[in-house]
Amino acid sequence: MVRVELDGLTALFHRPSGMTHILAPPAPQLLDALAESSATAAELAERLGRSFQIDGGADEMAARLAELEAAGLVQRV
Amino acid sequence: MKHALNLQVGPVGFRVGSDWRGPVAALRALYRGYPEPDVCDFSVRLEPEQPWRRWLKPSVAIRGDYILPDAAPLALPHGLLAAEMGMNLQMALGQKHYLLLHASAVERDGKAVLMTGASGSGKSTLAAMLGEHGWRFMGDEFALLDFDTGDLHPFPRAISLKNHAIYAMAELASSERFGPWLRGTPKGTIRHLRPRDEAIARMAEPARPVLILFPRFDKAVPRAIRPVGAAEVFVRLTQASTNYVALGERSFAALTRLVINLPSRAIDYSDGSSAIEMVEALWAELGQ
Repeated sequence: MVRVELDGLTALFHRPSGMTHILAPPAPQLLDALAESSATAAELAERLGRSFQIDGGADEMAARLAELEAAGLVQRV
Repeated sequence: MKHALNLQVGPVGFRVGSDWRGPVAALRALYRGYPEPDVCDFSVRLEPEQPWRRWLKPSVAIRGDYILPDAAPLALPHGLLAAEMGMNLQMALGQKHYLLLHASAVERDGKAVLMTGASGSGKSTLAAMLGEHGWRFMGDEFALLDFDTGDLHPFPRAISLKNHAIYAMAELASSERFGPWLRGTPKGTIRHLRPRDEAIARMAEPARPVLILFPRFDKAVPRAIRPVGAAEVFVRLTQASTNYVALGERSFAALTRLVINLPSRAIDYSDGSSAIEMVEALWAELGQ
């Protein structure tokens, strides 16, 4: 993936699909957290919680993960 | 084909062939002074929709290296428009060397203003007007962004003026630069305008883009200038590009670089002179 910050949003080029995405927070931060290693929604909430104020905890993470999965940017393992 | 013309426009060479004399003769008159290409990148063929439609209710089908199977044919008196549409089609479907933006552009001191917007926004007319007021006209249909240098290459085709814009430009340009009246086309009345000689002579000279504008012509709105956020500019330019998706990561890199480095403004204008004033004011404000 190639990422460029644009005024608080993130333009992302996904090499495997050739698609361009525009991401709003917390999606880019979530992708960063997943770059460390695969994780459950609860683990991601914990990881992100170290640096950011996360509202909604694991439920919020699960909803955002589902959006990124639908966009083809994350995969279930 | 029986009739043909080879034409260099910016970095692109075209060969336009026709089964009828009229469209090529009109093209030759409109593009008087344009150079001949060493190599033709694209071919356009104007052919009868069916063999008998060469003579009987002549109907011009636009064909070439790249075709749209569902493209409607045009009546023979609109053959010049068919040739223009054919060249646009080849660029839109076949151009791989540049990121193609549906935009107009003008240049001054080696620096270019890129103007994009929906059809009818006035970007074409504004570029034509600026081209008569001390700016070099670079193109009104496509801006060609160089992947390596980030420069814009001119594509100074004849300017396609529609409806009221024809009358506005008739006050600024001499009548010998205009093509024939094309009435009753799918886009209303059209008349083409040959760019000034300087724009043609300097068609091989790229320029560095320094400002992105989103002009909007509307007689009912007061003049206004607004900044446009980088993410919105990026999305609008991807939508304005005909080959962004096909060229993949190179497009992404070129377009993000353009958007990050350039200021962008939306300008609303209700008449040509106020639009020119706004562009000049922005140019001065940006220290160009």
